[in-house]
Order: sequence, then C-alpha cells, then structure tokens
Amino acid sequence: MNNTPLLKITNLTKVFGGQKALDRVNLTVNVGEVHGLLGENGSGKSTLIKILSGFYEPDEGQLEVNGKSVALPLLPGQYRSLGFEFVHQDLGLLPSLTVTENLFMGRIAESRTPYFSWLNARRQATKIFADYDVNIDPSAYVDEVRPVQRAALAIIRAIEGIKYLRASAGAEVEPSLLVLDEPTVYLPSQEVDVLFGLVRNIVEQGSSVLFVSHNLDEVRQITNSISVLRDGRSVGTLNTETSTKRELVRLIVGRDLDQDEFEPIPVSRSEDTVLSVNGLTTSLVQDVSFDLRKGEILGLAGLAGSGFEDPVYSLFGSDRTASGEFMLSDLPVKFSGHNERSAIGMGMALVPADRKIFGSIFDLPMADNVNLTVLDNFFFKGILRHNKLRKNARDLLKEFDVRPQLVGMDYGLFSGGNQQKAMMAKWLQLPQAILLLHEPTQGVDIGAREQIYQVIRGRTSTMSTIIASSDFEELATLCDRVGIFVKGRLAGFLTGDDVNHSKIAEMCMGESADAR
Amino acid sequence: MTTPSLPGSPPGTFGEDTKLESTKASALKGRFAGKLEAYALLIAWLGVIVVFSFVKPETFAQWSNVSSILASNAILVVITLALIIPLTTGDFDLSVASVAGLSAVTVAQLNVNLGWPLWLAILAAFAVALLVGAINGGLIVLLGIESLIVTLGMSTIITGVMLWVTDARTVTGVDPALVDMVIRNRFLGIPFIFYYALILTFIIWYIFQFTPLGQRLLVAGRNRDVARLAGIRVGLLRWGAMVAASLIAALAGILIVGLSGSAGPSTGLDYLLPAFAAAFLGSTAIRPGRFNAWGTFVAVYFLVTGITALQLLGAKTFVQYLFYGTALILAVALSQHIKRRRLKQGF
Repeated sequence: MNNTPLLKITNLTKVFGGQKALDRVNLTVNVGEVHGLLGENGSGKSTLIKILSGFYEPDEGQLEVNGKSVALPLLPGQYRSLGFEFVHQDLGLLPSLTVTENLFMGRIAESRTPYFSWLNARRQATKIFADYDVNIDPSAYVDEVRPVQRAALAIIRAIEGIKYLRASAGAEVEPSLLVLDEPTVYLPSQEVDVLFGLVRNIVEQGSSVLFVSHNLDEVRQITNSISVLRDGRSVGTLNTETSTKRELVRLIVGRDLDQDEFEPIPVSRSEDTVLSVNGLTTSLVQDVSFDLRKGEILGLAGLAGSGFEDPVYSLFGSDRTASGEFMLSDLPVKFSGHNERSAIGMGMALVPADRKIFGSIFDLPMADNVNLTVLDNFFFKGILRHNKLRKNARDLLKEFDVRPQLVGMDYGLFSGGNQQKAMMAKWLQLPQAILLLHEPTQGVDIGAREQIYQVIRGRTSTMSTIIASSDFEELATLCDRVGIFVKGRLAGFLTGDDVNHSKIAEMCMGESADAR
Repeated sequence: MTTPSLPGSPPGTFGEDTKLESTKASALKGRFAGKLEAYALLIAWLGVIVVFSFVKPETFAQWSNVSSILASNAILVVITLALIIPLTTGDFDLSVASVAGLSAVTVAQLNVNLGWPLWLAILAAFAVALLVGAINGGLIVLLGIESLIVTLGMSTIITGVMLWVTDARTVTGVDPALVDMVIRNRFLGIPFIFYYALILTFIIWYIFQFTPLGQRLLVAGRNRDVARLAGIRVGLLRWGAMVAASLIAALAGILIVGLSGSAGPSTGLDYLLPAFAAAFLGSTAIRPGRFNAWGTFVAVYFLVTGITALQLLGAKTFVQYLFYGTALILAVALSQHIKRRRLKQGF
C-alpha cells in the first residue's frame, strides 16, 4: 500500500443563505480502504458528496486526488476523469430495461461505433458478474430481479464504468473511489452481506470506497475507518476496530449521553384517546398500532427507509398502499378507501416534508397558496372576494410572522423558514383537531424553527399532533412521547425522561430497545 | 446544539431583516415589469392597427373591414377558449377543432337531410360533444393515458366519422334562422357572432377569476399532488375540463354552420393550430403565466389583424400558415421564458 491518500479534502466550506452547511471540513480516504462517513440529517454529508460530484460549488477548500491538487469547483462530469463514481440510494437504474442494457448504458451513450453487439455484451456481462462472484441473470429485466441484485448491479456498473473509461483513455491505472450513498436503506438486513462481499471484492481490486450511511452497525461491520460530521464540521476520524459504538454515537450526537439539556417536557395533558391506529401496513411498515391522546404531541422517529413517516401520510389518506384501520372518535375507518378529502372532513391537517413537490406551488403568489384551504369561505353572492382573500393572507402572514409580508409575491421567492411558516398557517386557519407533520423544520433557519415549535406547542389545547421527524433534537424538544421505527416495525415508545436526543438516536440505530 | 430554548424570541432576531429590504425592492421592480409584460400584446395589437390604418386607410381602416375581422374570427376565439380550460388543468385537447366540425356536420345533417327542427339538431350536436368529452376525460383520468395521445386518436376517429356521415360531400341549406342569429343580425354594425364570443370570454373570465372552481382548476394543473393534499378532486376537475372543452367546441361548430349555412367533411379542422397559437400567445398577456380569457381574446385578434394586414399588402393565403406556425413556436418559447424566469427568482 502506498502512503499517498487517494482523496484528501481540506478546509472545505459551503455556505447556503448565510448558514454554513460545511465549515472547514477535512476528510482523508486512503488507498484500499473502506471509509465510513457518518452524521445525522443536515450534518453536511450530502453537501460534501454533491461537491465531489461537481453539483455544488464550494466557497472554500482544497482537493487532492492521488497526491495531485485539483481545482475546485469540479466541472460537471469531471469526477469521472478523477476516477470517482457514485451510487446513490435510488441506484439510477432503468427498471424497464434488462440487466445487460443497464450495465452498458454509459458505454452505449459514449460509443462512437455504429454497431453494438448485444450478444457480445451479454457474454461480457456474464463474465463480469462471475468476476465479482455475484449471481445475476444478464437477460432479466431490472424490475424483476431482487433488490439486492439491483444494488449489486448499480455498484458493479459504477466500478466497471471507471475501469472502461480509464482503459479507453489509455491512462495509467490509478486507484479509483466509489462513493456509496446509503445503498442499503431499502435492503433486508440479511441481504446486506451480499453487498458487503462485493465491497470487499472491489477494495481488493485496488479501489477505495466511501461508505455513507445512517446505520451504525453496518458502518462498523464494513469500514476500516470512520469520519463523523456534525453541524457541518468534522468532529473526528476513528479507527473502526478500536472504537466503540458508544463513542461513535457520542460523536454523531455531540454530547455526553447522560447530560442532556433541553427544556422540561410538558406532561401529557390527558389520557383521553382521540385516535387509535390498528394494524397499519404500507409498502414500508408492517402492523403498526398506536394511540394518540388528546392534546398530545406524539413523535415518530426512525432512520431513512424505516417507514417512520408512513403513518402520517396514511392517516391523511394519501398512501394508496395503506391497509388496516383507525378509530377516530369511536368511528372505525379503513385505510383503504380513505382519502385526503375524507381526512380533511374528519378534522385532520397535513404539512408534508417536501414543500416543493407536495406542499405548495412555487410559481403562484403566497396568497393563492395559503388560501387554498379556505376558498369556499370567501365565495359569496357569486364572486370570489379577492380583496378579502388578500386580507386573510395578510393577516395570516402577520400572525405567523412570515416575511416579507407581501401576499402577491410568488411563494418560491420566500426563504425556507417563511415558506414553512406559511404552510402551517394554511392549515392552522382551519378548526382541525389533528395536526400531522413530516419534517416540520427541514431546511428552516433557527429563528423560524423556534417559532414553528411555539406554534405547535401553542395549539395543544385544541389539537393533537403527530410529528414524523428524523431530527431527533426536534423530537426531544417537542414531544411527550416518541415512537421508534426500526426496519418497518414500531419497535417501542420512549416516554418521560427517556425522550432525549441520545436515547432516540440509540434506539433508531438499532441499539437494543426496551420496548414497551 | 443549535436549538436555543428561547420562547418568544423578539422579531428582528431572525437574520432576515437585511434580506427583507432587497426582496421588497426586487418585488416592486418585478411588479412594474409584470404590468408592462401583461399589456405588451394589447399594445402590440393596437400598434398594428394604428400603423396599418395609416398605410392602408382606404381598405384597412374601414368599419366594414373591422366588423368583418371581428365577426369572422369569433369562431377562433370560441375554440381557443375551449382549449384553455384543459390547458389550465394540465391536459392537451387536440380534438377541439374536430369536435367543432363534428357538431357542425351533426346540425347540418340532421336539419337538412333528416328534417329535424333546428333546435333539436343543435341539442343533438351538444349531446354528441358531451359524449366525446366524457370519453376523452374518462380515458385520461381513469386509465391514465396521456391526453395528447387520447385526443390525437379521438380527433382522427372524428375526422373519419365526418367523412363517413357526409359521404365526403358538403351539406348545404341549413335553416336560415341559424344564419340570421349568427351573422345576418347585427348590433352596432357587428354581427351577433362576435357578441357570442364576447359573452363566452366574459363567462370564462368570470369562472377563472371569480370562482373557487377557477382557482382549483389552476392548482390542479400546476401541481396535482398539492391539489390532492388540499382536498381537491383532481380527477373530477380534469374530466370536467375535457367535457367543458368539447361542449364549447360544439358551440363553435354551430357558429360555423351559421356563418356559412353549410358543413362539410373537413369543416373546422383548420382551426386547431391557430387555436394553439392563440392559447399560448394569450398566456403571455393580461395575466402572464396563466391561460386566461382576455389574453386569449387579445391574442386571437392580434394574430388575425396581423394576417389581414399582410394580406391587404398583397400577401397570398400561404402567409397565414407561416404566421400561425411562427406565432405558436414564439408564444411557447415566450411563455417558457416567463416560467423559467419566475422559477429562477424562486431560488
């Protein structure tokens, strides 16, 4: 092994709207190692990766690849010539094409010859899979093979892509870097081993792997060393063999396990149940049952892919795969056949996580967005009263401190925090009794976050709230009770003093939980 | 950790006040530019009129010419208004022109060859259009087929039916009462047909602008998920938009019969492309970025005034094809530019 690191990042800084997503981050990946990159949501992992792929331009920082300094920002596509390849969570395969077609997609795209032999390609595919010791049928369609085979295909395609590019460029073969960004999220745990075999195989062939994951156990199993990011800063690099899980959790979470400071949790106001879910099953979760009490703020936590957000969408009738039933004021309702209209009629409100796709229309004015839920109230004598609607929007922006208070400005022009406050306003102007939230403060600045928390707390006399969030600090601050989802099951609840950041994190990351 | 537990942080500590000023300024500047943009087409139209009134005072600036332009293109206004309803909900209806033709043929055939009274023939034409719209909408919403494909197929089927029913011959001799109601009777020197288009423009404007329905159509077209999560029945709205488009197209067909007293196997079909050109051009005017009734109205008359003017200068018939084709591409390019600019500002 040589001592020049394959990848050396120093002082990498990226600022988004005044907030530092990355603050002088350092990362070194050596040749022939599997390097883990850990951190909570929003810690800067994905920003770092997007800088490596040339998607974001960093504000500061140096990059060295195989000892040579490389100018930042990277051009789009330049990562290929540096020997980087990325496999993201969604894998980037075309499911309606065959395995072989997917495997050689890049080669076909760049091919300059008029003829491409599929017979030859299939033979090559068979040989490649044999080399990596994985069993995939080259003629099968991608949507017919097992999830783990799909993941393996994506990884092999990435590695072969680098090899082919280098061979055709005639460049001397330098070690290359494969970045695996949460590749195991949708895999059953017993099949993850297949993938790990593949990763080891790749490292033996002289490449390095940067393994990005939420899952502590997996990272500890496969990596040689681990770097941890927290709030955009590098907080340490550990040798996997000599470090303990507890040490890692402490680095990720950023505090000693037993010294949590957060404001006292409000005691649950009532024991009256307003809503109970029985045996909810969706494409991600199985047999989930829980009660929501009157005035309670119930948190749902889990890692990406655990399905912790599914109850929220199912209750609002927008998960068409949901089955099971729920009881609302002694009225049994089946999840199948439930829809958004009936949910609104039952007094529910949903503020979804993705403001851009599900929450709002960016290219319509703020007034049109917040008034969407109350149009009928402003239609009398045959005229939609635009003046009154605008006044209603102005009042809402004032009440929820949305700035600037310009109701005619397009929604997309507001900052993330103000957009989110407006989304809350859109629903909270209705007399709804159950508030469903998913990631209520994602991409929201600190001030707005605090205001949103106050809004949620302020409504507990009239509303019961369910918050699905991957921000554990947020759940600890807000919730009376937190349900933990692990791999599609509701593993248990944390209550009272146990509702703190580290406990939630530990349980979500699969530490044995004393389920009640 | 970064979350301070400060209940009631005073406003002004949120680090957004500095941003506020510049946002406000750019919003105001944007508002002025927006106003100009909104009336640009109207101004261009008036410009064309003024210029050609000076160039060709003896032909162009005559009341008979004005009245003829307003009347003969009212049909295009009606068909374009039909088109902008599904366009607002995010669907294409390529069958509007053929539905107009089909309803024209239905009226003529039933009234002339089968001797049905005029009112019954008109009712039958609307019934046929209702059926076509319901099938279009059903295929799009229930089976989830692309509206472009559904209506392309449907318009081809209708063209076939028209040829079949008319036996490839033009049917003439429709009840003159219809001709009276459409073109012969005048108000202020302009045939009634223009006022029908004007009234319809008012109705669509009213629905789009002053009813919750109009707002819901818009939202359903912009983002189906957001609409669904707000409790809007997206499928029903899209279906209803296809039905409404067909019914209005049928009205256009009836006006065509009234204009000429006859209907043939290719009646109405030529309106498709001009209607798309006018619809997209209209979406850049009056309320830029939205398909809207008055924008449509102005766009139609801008286009036909331009063509008439060119023809008065001696251009031949072919010029209208060049003009409409160019206008369609330019209008779509322009409306995409508007959209992109708004999105860019959004980030």
